[in-house]
This record gives sequence, structure tokens and C-alpha cells, in this order.
Amino acid sequence: MSAPASPAIVVSRLVKAYGGVTAVNDISFSVGRGEIVGFLGPNGAGKSTTMRILTGYLPATSGEVEICGLPVATRADEVKRLIGYMPENNPLPEDMRVSEYLYFRGRLKEIPRRKLGPRIDEVLELCDLKRVRHKIIGQLSKGFRQRVGIAEVVLAEPPVIIMDEPTIGLDPHQILIVRDLIAGLRGRMTVIISSHILPEIEVTCDRVLIIDQGRIVAQGTSAELRREILGHSTYRLEVAGDLPRLEAQLPGIDARLRLTARGEPGADGFAAVTLRTEEETDCGEALLRRLSANGWRIRSLTREQPTLEDLFLAATRRSWDAVDVRPKPPTDADRQD
Amino acid sequence: MKHFFTLLGHELRMLLVSLSTYIAAAAFLAFMGFVFTEILNHYSKAPQETSPARVFFELFWLPVFFMVPLLTMKCLAEERRLGTIETLLTTPVTTTEVVLAKYGAAYFMYVGLWGSTGGFFYLLHRFAGDMRFVDPGPLLGGYLFVAISGLLFVAIGVFASSLSRNQAVAGILCFTMLFALVVGMRRLGDTGWFDRPGLETLRGAIDYAQIFTHRDDFTRGVIDTRHLLFYLSGTTLALIFSVLSVEARQLHS
Repeated sequence: MSAPASPAIVVSRLVKAYGGVTAVNDISFSVGRGEIVGFLGPNGAGKSTTMRILTGYLPATSGEVEICGLPVATRADEVKRLIGYMPENNPLPEDMRVSEYLYFRGRLKEIPRRKLGPRIDEVLELCDLKRVRHKIIGQLSKGFRQRVGIAEVVLAEPPVIIMDEPTIGLDPHQILIVRDLIAGLRGRMTVIISSHILPEIEVTCDRVLIIDQGRIVAQGTSAELRREILGHSTYRLEVAGDLPRLEAQLPGIDARLRLTARGEPGADGFAAVTLRTEEETDCGEALLRRLSANGWRIRSLTREQPTLEDLFLAATRRSWDAVDVRPKPPTDADRQD
Repeated sequence: MKHFFTLLGHELRMLLVSLSTYIAAAAFLAFMGFVFTEILNHYSKAPQETSPARVFFELFWLPVFFMVPLLTMKCLAEERRLGTIETLLTTPVTTTEVVLAKYGAAYFMYVGLWGSTGGFFYLLHRFAGDMRFVDPGPLLGGYLFVAISGLLFVAIGVFASSLSRNQAVAGILCFTMLFALVVGMRRLGDTGWFDRPGLETLRGAIDYAQIFTHRDDFTRGVIDTRHLLFYLSGTTLALIFSVLSVEARQLHS
């Protein structure tokens, strides 16, 4: 039996402070090989700084980062050969042609000349850039420019790809194309992307890291985050019957099920009702069966899936609350008292 | 230095496909052509003791003050403004390779432009048919001075470009530094401030850094190794500062 592959990225107790600000504050995480991980966080949360440290562009104040088993701090040159990096806003030289740019980058990434031509053709095909290969980059639309950035990132087939806001400023159609491109890398390359577009992270990524104020405030799959952060399920029903008696029925279905909102019945007798439980198991079927057996008529039943946006807001709010309750250092006035 | 030639080739190609390079080259040649014509006019009116080549190189500072900032102000400032320095330095290249490649390309252009003024002397020789007008000693000495002093001037331009992400600011900084080095040192040498007892070392240092004196020596055919050392050490220092400046800004980006 072969040993399990070591993680592609291991970050432990990473700290980055500059100008009196701690941009990254003691974060630790690891990313498995072939996994796609999303970095989520408000502006200034420390996402870009973390990514820059991973690439070896910025040195860390303390902590350790390993890429494919190599420490970034001491073997940055080797690590750079293992990473494809697309910074925020995807800076590209304005006055180069697409194929010229890819050739130049390929040479810098040490792809042998004889392999470079066919490889450029492959990535142009992959990113649907063949028809603009002779165009000047400065004349391309934002969507094409992003695709040039992605083509450059995958050109040398690095085991790790890091992309900072790869879909920023794109229209929905272009976002779909870029999302498909990233999804196409699943299993072959380890990918870290940061984004503000929450549904995109949810669709594209296997796992999400929520960063706020330089700390990881939550991490896991969307389902894990829902459980960890919100810790409850919400059901919405449209029900007709003896509504005042409904609340008394609930403990019989699920001991932790509570009525949280009840609307007024309409002309047809149906009212909207919201129920909430801390139980992880789905009690929808039991609800339907028990209420129908007891004479209630049910027109609809929905188990609400909190969006990643809800999780993000809840996680970052939790992080701010933690800061607010931290004891403040005593002031001079306090000391005098 | 594995990637130096890839970067140098890229930088040269970028300079050669840029319209601004050709505009700058045409402006330089037009200006130098005008200077050369004026020199010949002067010589046609009265006999002169010195060769036209010597007078031509006496005015080396005029194009230096404008051409060096124009050739170098973009090199690092533009990379920082666009953010492409980040993508460049996350590939397996070093800051030193990037700075040296940009320096090499700018120096190549500088020497190439000065070299093209050799055509003026060829035309003079071709049409005057008199070798006295084209005295090879001052001519070769003058071009050698331009090539060697250019090492330092272009390095100062690259350093100025590493200090700002704004091309215009980098250009003005470069102009100011070159002006201080070429004209400022001469003015400082002309004042009697350092003739007092106890300031002999400072006086010696200022005399050592007189670019106009170096030029006179070169055009007379005197190649002093102390001059060579001055330009080579100054160039090395300016390039080391450029590398440190890029790395320092990277730390605070």
C-alpha cells in the first residue's frame, strides 16, 4: 500500500506584520494535492498578503510555509518553479502580443524551447485564445486579458496555482468561462483562489477558508461551515389547520424543533410558518408525515440552505465580536482612578 | 544569471518595437546633427587649433541630461506602476537579473545612439576628403569616454527609476542626479570652499569626480585607470542601490 501523498501546501503559525499592522496573524492551514481551495474575506483581511508569502514574493515575519515539502523561506527559488501565480488585477505588459508574452514567460519558467511552442498552442486552445494570439495585450478586453493570465499561470504545468481574484471585473458570461477553466484543473493541480464572489467560490472550490483581520475565522466544505457557523436548520412551511396547536406538536417530531415565525392565514387558510432546529439530521419527512396524520394540510415544505454569503457574514461578525470583547489596555485615566 | 539573456533579449525587443524609442532616437540625431553642423560652420569661417571631434564631445552633457532620463525612466517605474514586477519576481528570476537586464538594454540603446553619430564624421571624411578634419585620436577617445561614462549615467537613471512608480518623477530625479554629478561637481570644484587647511581630502575627492576633466583626458588620448575605476565603482554602487531599492519596495508592497 502506498503512503498517502503529503499536502501540497502547509502553512503553520504564519505572521506578517508591516508598518505597525499585523496583516496576517498566526494562521495555519494545509491544502491537499489536486484540491481547489477558496480564500474568502473582506478587503484588507490578509488574503493577498498570504498569497504573496506563499509565492515567495514577500517574506513572512514568523511562521512556516511549505510548498510540496519545500520551505518557502529558505528555498524560494525552487518554490517559484512549483508555482503559477496570478496577482490581483492580473497585471500584463500592454505592448506585447499574446503569443510573444507566453513565449517570454515560458522561457523564464525554464520550459525547453522545443517544448514551448506546442505547449503554448495547448494553453491557447485550453483558454480559447487562438483567435487573439497575435493581438497586442493592451487591445484585449478584460475577459481575454484574464484568460491570458490563466494561460500564463498553467503554462509550465506547475503543481500549485495561486490566483488572486481571478474573476474580478468580469461579466457573468466571462465568469462562467473562467470558472470552467479553474474547475478543469481539479485533480491535476492544487489551486488556491481568492474571490469576493461567494457563489463562485462555492461552485468552484472543494473547501473554503474564511479570513478576517488576518485570522482564519472558519474553514471547511460548505456543508461543514454551515454546521459549524450557523449550527441550525430552518424549515419553511405553508400550512393550513389549527395553527395555535402547532407549536405543541413539534417536540413530538424533534425535541429541539421550535416555531420561530408564524404568518397570518390567507383567504385559503394557509399560513407561512418558520421552524428551526439545532439537529443536524433532516426532519422534513417526519414533519410532513406527523402534521398530515394530525389533520394539517401542507402546501409546501422547504429546508432553507444558508448561502455562503450568510456563512461569510456570520463568520466575520463572529470575528468582529471576538475583537470587541478583547480587554482593552488600561488608559491613564483608569490608572488614576 | 541563468535568465539574464532571456530578460535582456525581451527588454531590447521591447525598446525596438516601441515608437517612443524611434522618436527619441530621431530627436537625438537631429539635435546632434545640428550641433555638428554648427561646429562645421564655425570651422569654415576661421581656422581652429582643435579638431572638430574634440569640440563635438565637449558638448556631451547636453544629450546626456535628456537622453539618459528618457531611456531609463520607464524601466523599473513602469513595472512597478503596472504591477508586472510582481509577476516577474514570482518566476525563478532574481531582482539582480531584472535590474541588470534593464540596465543592459538601456545602455545598449545609449551606446547605439551615440555610435550612430559616427555617421557624421564619416560624411565629413567622405565629402571633405581631408583626414585632418577627422583626427582619429580625439574621435576614438571621445567615443571611449562616452561609452565608459555612459555606464555610470545609465546606472544612475536605472537607480532613479527604481525610486518611484511614476515615470515623470523618475525622469526628473535622474536629470537632477546627473546635473548634480556633472555640473554640480564642477561648480563645487570652482568655489574656494575646500581650499582651506584640513579639507584637502575633500578637495581631492571633488577633483577626482570632475567629469569634464575626465573627458578632456580621454579626448587627449589619456586613459587613466583612476577614471575607469571611478566609473566602474560608481556604476556598481548605483546598480546595487537599484537592486536594494526594488527589494525594499517589495517588502513594503
